[in-house]
Amino acid sequence: MTICAISTPNGTGGIAVIRVSGPDTVSAVSTIFRPKNEAHVLCDRPGYSMTFGSIVQPGTGEAVDEVVVSLFRAPHSFTGEDVVEISCHGSLYIQQEILKLLVQAGCQLARPGEFTQRAFLNGKMDLSQAEAVADVIASTSAAANRLAMNQMRGGFSTELNRLREKLLNFTSLVELELDFSEEEVEFADRGQLQQLADEIHHVIEKLCNSFALGNAIKNGIPVAIVGETNVGKSTLLNLLLNEDRAIVSDIHGTTRDTLEDTVNLNGIQFRFIDTAGIRDTTDAVENMGIERTYQKIEQARIILWLVDCTAVTEHIEWLADRIIRRSEGKKLIIVFNKIDKIEPDERQILEQLFQPYPAERIYISAKKQINTEELTQALIHAAQMPEMSENEVIVTNLRHYEALNKALQSITQVQEGLQGNIPGDLLAQDIRECMHYLGEITGQISTDEILGNIFSKFCIGK
Amino acid sequence: MDFKYDIIVVGAGHAGCEAACAAANLGSKTLLITMDMNKIGQMSCNPAVGGIAKGQIVREIDAMGGQMGIVTDRSAIQFRILNRSKGPAMWSPRSQSDRKRFIEEWTKTVSNTPNLYLWQDTVTELIVENDEVKGVKTLLGVTMKAQAVILTNGTFLNGLLHFGKTQIIGGRISEPASFGLTEQLKSLGFATGRMKTGTPCRVDARSINFDAMAEQKGDDDFHKFSYLDTVKRELKQMSCWITYTNEQTHEELRKGLKDSPLYNGQIKSIGPRYCPSIETKIVTFADKTAHQLFIEPEGVDSQEYYINGFSSSLPLQIQLNALKTVKGLENIQLYRPGYAIEYDFFDPTQLLHTLETKRIKNLFFAGQINGTTGYEEAAGQGLLAGINAHQNCHGGAPFTFGRNESYIGVLVDDLVTKGVDEPYRMFTSRAEYRILLRQDDADMRLTERSYKLGLAKTDRYQLLLQKKEKQADLLSFIQNYSVKPAQINPFLESRGLAELRFGCKLNDLILRPQLGIYDLAEAVPELKTKIDNIETQPEEVVESTEIIIKYSGYIDREKQIAEKLHRLEDIPLKGRIDYQKVNSISTEARQKLIKIDPETIGQAARIPGISPNDVNILIVLLGR
Repeated sequence: MTICAISTPNGTGGIAVIRVSGPDTVSAVSTIFRPKNEAHVLCDRPGYSMTFGSIVQPGTGEAVDEVVVSLFRAPHSFTGEDVVEISCHGSLYIQQEILKLLVQAGCQLARPGEFTQRAFLNGKMDLSQAEAVADVIASTSAAANRLAMNQMRGGFSTELNRLREKLLNFTSLVELELDFSEEEVEFADRGQLQQLADEIHHVIEKLCNSFALGNAIKNGIPVAIVGETNVGKSTLLNLLLNEDRAIVSDIHGTTRDTLEDTVNLNGIQFRFIDTAGIRDTTDAVENMGIERTYQKIEQARIILWLVDCTAVTEHIEWLADRIIRRSEGKKLIIVFNKIDKIEPDERQILEQLFQPYPAERIYISAKKQINTEELTQALIHAAQMPEMSENEVIVTNLRHYEALNKALQSITQVQEGLQGNIPGDLLAQDIRECMHYLGEITGQISTDEILGNIFSKFCIGK
Repeated sequence: MDFKYDIIVVGAGHAGCEAACAAANLGSKTLLITMDMNKIGQMSCNPAVGGIAKGQIVREIDAMGGQMGIVTDRSAIQFRILNRSKGPAMWSPRSQSDRKRFIEEWTKTVSNTPNLYLWQDTVTELIVENDEVKGVKTLLGVTMKAQAVILTNGTFLNGLLHFGKTQIIGGRISEPASFGLTEQLKSLGFATGRMKTGTPCRVDARSINFDAMAEQKGDDDFHKFSYLDTVKRELKQMSCWITYTNEQTHEELRKGLKDSPLYNGQIKSIGPRYCPSIETKIVTFADKTAHQLFIEPEGVDSQEYYINGFSSSLPLQIQLNALKTVKGLENIQLYRPGYAIEYDFFDPTQLLHTLETKRIKNLFFAGQINGTTGYEEAAGQGLLAGINAHQNCHGGAPFTFGRNESYIGVLVDDLVTKGVDEPYRMFTSRAEYRILLRQDDADMRLTERSYKLGLAKTDRYQLLLQKKEKQADLLSFIQNYSVKPAQINPFLESRGLAELRFGCKLNDLILRPQLGIYDLAEAVPELKTKIDNIETQPEEVVESTEIIIKYSGYIDREKQIAEKLHRLEDIPLKGRIDYQKVNSISTEARQKLIKIDPETIGQAARIPGISPNDVNILIVLLGR
């Protein structure tokens, strides 16, 4: 069956790409495509070629659009089948019209994820690579893209296979002792097994730990914007997001819940979290919001403590106590807002007042957009993304992370078992479990649910 | 006597006897044909049953209502539980048998089984009509009709014995081989191959200096193979003895290598890697200066001993010269030398999970003919083939075992899915769910199924119900009984164990590695009363309960994973995909799938050469 779909985002763009894949791709497209150069008949064209021409109504010969047709011949294509990509003009009408002509020519509309499914079915990629395709499409920052690309090329699978080999090695040592205890073979001593288990633990743990970073890269580095009520948190968020996302008003406590959105600054994805202002209040609903603010601080990697320069009171110590206690191990930046409304000597007083707190300080006006570039730079600096080498494997997928975590538990049990001198058959069971969980990631052990879930996550055209 | 039967079993070894008894006990009119009625259940190699993984198989056979466990218990002259220092999944019963008594017990068993008939002859031909077996023809010229035939030919098909350069045609020492069947099966389209196995020399006890060797005694406790409380060990218990080869022994052996059938090209077929001959050991492990030998008794009334670890097909004089250098064997007198044997087997991927051949309806294969080795592996297959031959004759549903249910299930699934490239022996590591396949609970796993089938009889089923009830009762008592520190601390102190600071449940104390149910019964009178009230086989109940308590974490986790993976076993595959048309999998995988024609996705995943990716493709193609 030959399938087709619009592969570019839904809507009107400069150009759009319609992808066709399957055994009848060339013949189907040929019926609606007239090359500009009559010698360039599509069925005679080689793979990796581009042909300029028109899409025409087969009956009347009436041209629909001028297009470029890229041809990939099986098996050298994304799906492993014959593939054609028709680059047409971006009008919705043209896209729909070409799609309609393709269907009339015998193609079927692709189901979600069907192109990737075919690539998988034709052995072009394994399960974790297929998942990565979705991530590449969805990636919103350079780092996220690099990660997903690495996974798609199989870096993660390679790492896991290496790990699997280690485990196989380990488990065979243990199994030997079990089935051949009556024979005269030399068994691995516990020290050697312990060392091997430690090595495996180290690798799995590293992968697990990479998830925090991987998650930050994929979903954005969480930045909590906190402070008292009405210091301009929502205004700052809007400034950073360049839109009126948060409701801004002069009424204290307008933001009663947390709001989040992501923005890409200099190739780094940030996830800004606007929080309810912290103050002593008896309003039950507002207190719930404040409680949630504290939670958000804990989850964030960077905290922007916004202070209204014009309204600093002794209450600030009460507040500092609450914020600083929760900022340990995170980057705290104190942002003084409404700098345009105070005199230089007042700023001196502020500096002194905040001297004791271990944090970077920046003076801005969110409303007048003063010094906001400096804030952006501070954020980028604070993000401190470690340099990723091309080959480093970082886990970004929650399903992978959960499986790795279970594998980590199993290998920890192996280590504990070795220390506690538990019998080999129980050790072997823990090792097998560890392998089972790693297998869940690469599809060594595949359940139909995992597959169904993966393929349903793709948008049409990929 | 009209020579018409429901089922004919060819061969009265461990597979054949078990098959014949199962079929007859289920109600089929069954004929067991053997070349020699004095050798029913002959132990061709060492006089022992059980061992790691194999002992579990015997327990399963017994739980199903098979005979091997009973015969072994009655003929045992030594019984041990191997691997006691490891977890309960590894505890493996093993016994030395009185070889003569073993044959006598089997002969008694088959001759007293209703519906079971015996005939001494050699089968030379199968009667096959329209791809369905209809009976057999014999060397004596008799034609016999049957609805199903089970072949358990062991090492007899075109058997060839090697004693150094001397080659003798035979199925076993001093016994003729069998001809004609292989050729006929080949012409019917069956793929066949050759395998090799070997056995060591037998010696005269009067020439052994036992004082120079280490003694290995048996266990003296309640353990045995059969779950039936009426079966007991009856014979005088004997010891095995341990000695070692040395450099001088190896030197003598090396002198004979040029005349070794294994090394001069005389034997070309593959032997078992895990059971190498002594000449293979000194060649493969040239740097080892000593190899362990077990000197095993052959029976209470016999002076014959078996040299375990010294299997050889070297010339007689070399074997003798080498043995004389071993400590304790300096004056050794041989009864007969060791030898190697080559025989025909049939690629077991030609079988269904019922052990019926795919090619010929109602024809079953069991035992060494399928490329396995070991009495226990053979008997397990015999039992299964016997059951399914009966089912076929009487319109019953096919009976198969899951891999999470029994070692026999693992064995058969491995055979029909993966085939064999050397004689197949069971190991515990072949089972994914080792801790679910313990020797203590084969009855819990299998007896009810067998009872419903009609093979396990009421006495066996009643015992199971009692055991279940007593176990549940004991378990609930232990889980609910609270222990106070004052009550238990003097006992813990006397054992040098950490004392309690707070009260706890009895269950928590049993979780301590140093404590068992019997230990605590000394300190808790109510527990002792509870155990004393178990009328039948209290030790079995206590042992299985203790295992459940101590290892519950492992057992539960394994069960969860087994259930999760078992879903793949529930996706039927056979007949749903035309593999010829699947271009997305490799040619190798496609050929394998066509050949094996797996029943389920789970089975497909276990075929060697089928990658996880291939499996995923199959799942997607099934539209899941």
